[in-house]
Amino acid sequence: MNVPLLELIEIRKTYPGVLALDAVSLSVGRGEVVGLVGENGAGKSTLMKVLGGVVAPDAGTIRTEGIESHALTVKEALAAGIAFVHQELNLFENLDVAANVFIGREALVGGWLRLIDTQLLRRRVQPFLERLGCDFGADALVQHLSLAQRQLVEIAKALSLNARLVIMDEPTSSLTIAETERLLGVIAGLKADGVSVIFISHRLNEVERCADRVVVLRDGKVAGALERGQITHASMIRMMIGRDLKDIYIPPAGTHDGAALEVAGLRTSCYPDQAVDLTVRRGEILGLAGLVGSGRTELACALFGIDRPLAGSVRIDGALLEGHAPRAAIERGLYFVPEDRKRSGLLLDMSIAENISLPNLRAFARRSIVALGAELQNAERQRKNLGIRAPNVGTAVGLLSGGNQQKVVLAKWLSMSPRAIILDEPTRGIDVGSKNDIYTLLRSLADSGVAILMISSDMEEVIGVCDRIAVMHEGRIAGVLERPQFSEHNVLRLAVGSSVEPGRGMEAAIGEHA
Amino acid sequence: MIFKKDLGLLVLILVVGTVVALINPRFLLPANVSNTANQVGLFGIIAVAQAFVVLTGGIDLSVGAVVALLGVLFIDMIVNLQVHWGVAALIVVAAGMLMGWVHGVLVAKVGLQPFVVTLCALLIYRGAARYYTKDATVGFGFGESFPTLEWLTAGRSEIFAPLARLFGHDGPTIAVPHTLIALILITLIAGVMLHRSVLGRYLFAIGKNEEAARYSGIATARITIAAYVICCGLAGVAAIFMAMYTRSIAPAVHGNFYELYAIAAAVLGGFSLRGGEGSLIGVVLGTILLQILQNLVNLLGIPSSLNFAVMGSVILIGVLADQQFARYRARSLARAARQARAAPDARPQPP
Repeated sequence: MNVPLLELIEIRKTYPGVLALDAVSLSVGRGEVVGLVGENGAGKSTLMKVLGGVVAPDAGTIRTEGIESHALTVKEALAAGIAFVHQELNLFENLDVAANVFIGREALVGGWLRLIDTQLLRRRVQPFLERLGCDFGADALVQHLSLAQRQLVEIAKALSLNARLVIMDEPTSSLTIAETERLLGVIAGLKADGVSVIFISHRLNEVERCADRVVVLRDGKVAGALERGQITHASMIRMMIGRDLKDIYIPPAGTHDGAALEVAGLRTSCYPDQAVDLTVRRGEILGLAGLVGSGRTELACALFGIDRPLAGSVRIDGALLEGHAPRAAIERGLYFVPEDRKRSGLLLDMSIAENISLPNLRAFARRSIVALGAELQNAERQRKNLGIRAPNVGTAVGLLSGGNQQKVVLAKWLSMSPRAIILDEPTRGIDVGSKNDIYTLLRSLADSGVAILMISSDMEEVIGVCDRIAVMHEGRIAGVLERPQFSEHNVLRLAVGSSVEPGRGMEAAIGEHA
Repeated sequence: MIFKKDLGLLVLILVVGTVVALINPRFLLPANVSNTANQVGLFGIIAVAQAFVVLTGGIDLSVGAVVALLGVLFIDMIVNLQVHWGVAALIVVAAGMLMGWVHGVLVAKVGLQPFVVTLCALLIYRGAARYYTKDATVGFGFGESFPTLEWLTAGRSEIFAPLARLFGHDGPTIAVPHTLIALILITLIAGVMLHRSVLGRYLFAIGKNEEAARYSGIATARITIAAYVICCGLAGVAAIFMAMYTRSIAPAVHGNFYELYAIAAAVLGGFSLRGGEGSLIGVVLGTILLQILQNLVNLLGIPSSLNFAVMGSVILIGVLADQQFARYRARSLARAARQARAAPDARPQPP
C-alpha cells in the first residue's frame, strides 16, 4: 500500500469521568474500505467526531496526506476530503435533490439579485446520480424519497465535495435486504474510483462482505485489526469482548415467584412484523440487551402506553392493561424511567419536590389544593432514602448532576409503591458512585417484590446486575439467557442475530480463566 | 404567590405613577383613580383568562371576538328576548366555555396550532356577531333598566370612606368600581388554582415540558382543554361586564385588540409565550401598568394617536429589561448549581 490517505496516531479524548479514546491509531489507505466495529460506547462515535472536526482530541496526531495537525476543524476536515453519511440523515426534506447536494454552494445568476440557477444545479448533480445508479432525478423532492434513496443523496453530496473518504455510520441499519445490496454495490464502486470508505456497523455480515480491513474498538482502545482473509463473524466478536467484568452482582434475597409483567404478542409500529413475548417475574431484574435500534425503547414506550402498540396485550399481576395511556399503566403500578431524562423524565426548572410529587399529585392534595407540607416531607424522605445530593428539596432539578437527576426520576416512582418498573438506560452519563447507588436500590426494590425490566447497552451492567437477560435483535426477542449462560459473547451473538453457542457461558468463561 | 419579578413590576408601576402624578396632579383625583380602576377591572379579567392558555404555551387570539359575540348575545337576550339576566349570564358563560372546549379539542386532540385555531375562531365569532345584529349597534332602549344587574356590574361603592368613619377618620372618597372587586375575587380564585391546586401544577408542568408531563401520567390533552375552557369562560364573564359598561355594542369594533392587551399584560407580568412561566399577580400588575399608560397619554397631553406606540415601547423596554435580569439570574443560578453539587455527601441508607 502506498502513503495512507489518512492517519490517526495515538488519539486520546477524555470526557469528565470517562476515557472515551485511549491512544487510538487508525489509518486508511486510498480506495480502502475499513470496517469499524465495537460495542455501544466503545468509542466509535467519538473517533468519527474527531475525524469530522466536531470534537478536538486531547492528545495525538492527525496526518492527512502527509500534513500533521493536532485537531481538525470542520472546515479542514471538509478540505481534506472527509465526508459523512450520517445515521440520522441531515437533509432538507422540503428541497429537491439538487438543492440538497449543493446547499450553501448554490450556483447564482442575476448579479446582485443572487438568484439560484436551479437548472444548472440539476445538470451538475445528474452525473453523480448516474454514477451511483440512482433511480430518481435531480428535481425529486427529498421528502418523497425512501431512506435508502436519501442515503444516496448524502453520498452524492459527499462526491460533489470531492470526498476522498466517506464515513458511513450504521448506513444499513434501516435498509431492506435489496437496498443493502445496492449500497454494498455503491461502496464497491466508490472503492473502484479510489474513494476510501469507513464503514461503521453492528451488522457484521455486511462488514464481512465489504471491508478490506476491520478495526475493532473496545473501551476506547483498538482491540485489534483483521485483514481481509481473517474477517469472520467469530473473530470480530472475539475482539469486541474480552475484558474482565468486575463482579457487581448482588444475588436476590429470595426466589422469584409468579409473573408480574407479562407481554404477549406485542407489535410496535417500528417493527410491525415482530411480535414480542416477554415475562418479568416478581422480584427479578430482567435485563433487556440489544444493539441500538433493535427496538428496545419502542417496546418500553408501547408497554407504558406512550405509543400505541399495533397488537398484543400487557398484563400486570395478571390484570390486563387496558387503555393505552401512561395514566393506565401508572394506575396498575407499572412505571417507566425514560432514556432521555432531561426531555421526558424531568421538569428541569421545577424543584425536586415538585418533580417527585408530579405523577401522584392528588395524593398530596386536599380538595384539589396541593398540601405543600406533605409534598415537602415526602420529597425530603425520598432525598434521604436515595441519597440525592442537593442543598434542599426546593432546589431546581436542572441544577443537579446527572446521577442525582436520575435519582429524582426514580424517587418520583418509588413513593408510589411500584409493582413493575421499566428503566431505559438508567445509568447513562452517570458517575460511578451514583451508578452503584442505583444498582443497590434496584436490587432492594426487586427484593421487596417489584419486577424490574432494565434496558441497557452497558454490557458490564447487564451482566453484572441482572438475574436474566433478554436480548433483542431487529424487533424480536432473540433469546433469553439465564445466569449460568451469561457472557458478553452470548449477549453479543444474540444481539447480532446469531444463536448462543453451547458452553460459552459464565461457567465456561470462568473455566477458561482458571 | 408573590415573586421577585412581580416586585419589579410593582416598583415600575409606582415610579410611572409618581412621575405622572408629579407632572399632572389630576392623576390622583378620586374620579380618575376610580375610572382607571374600572378599566383595570374590565381588562384584568380578560388578561387573567388569557394567562391560563399562555401558561400551557398556547395563545387565544379570539377573546376579543368572544367578548363581542357574547356581549351581543347577552344584551339581545335580556333586552329583546326578555330572558332573566341571571339566566342570560349563565348561558353566556356556558357558551364561552363551549367555545373554549372547541379550541382546546382542536389544539390538544386534533393537533392544530393554537395560533391558527384561535385566529380562525376570531374571524368566525366576529363575523357571527356582525351577522347576528345585521351589523347594527345593539344596546339598551330608552327607559329599559336592570337596576340590580347594573349595580352589580357597572356600579361603584364607597368602601374606604365608611371604613375610615368606623374608626372616626375621614377616608378618601374613592368609589370602588365593582369590576375591580370582581377582578380581585377572580384573581384570588384563579391565583389559588394556578399556584396551589393540582390543575395549576399540571398547567405549569405541561407548559414547561409536555413530554415529561405525559411520561408522568398527566392527561395532558384534558388539562390543555381545561385551560381553553377556563379562558373562554372567563371571557364570557368579561363580555357581560364589558357590555354593561359600554351599554351599547357595535359588533364590528367592540372588543377589538382586547386579546392583544391581555397577551401584553401577561408578557409584562412575566409570562413566557413558550409556556410554563408566570404568576397571576404579575398579570394583574401588567394590566394596571397598561391602564396607567393609557391614562398617562391622556393626562400628559400626548396625542392620543400615539397611544399604541407608547404602549408598545414600554412593553418592549420591559421585556428587554426582563431578559437582562434573566441573564443575571442565570449566572447566579449557575453559581447555585456549583454549590448544590458540592452539597454534603449523602449516601443512601440501606432500607
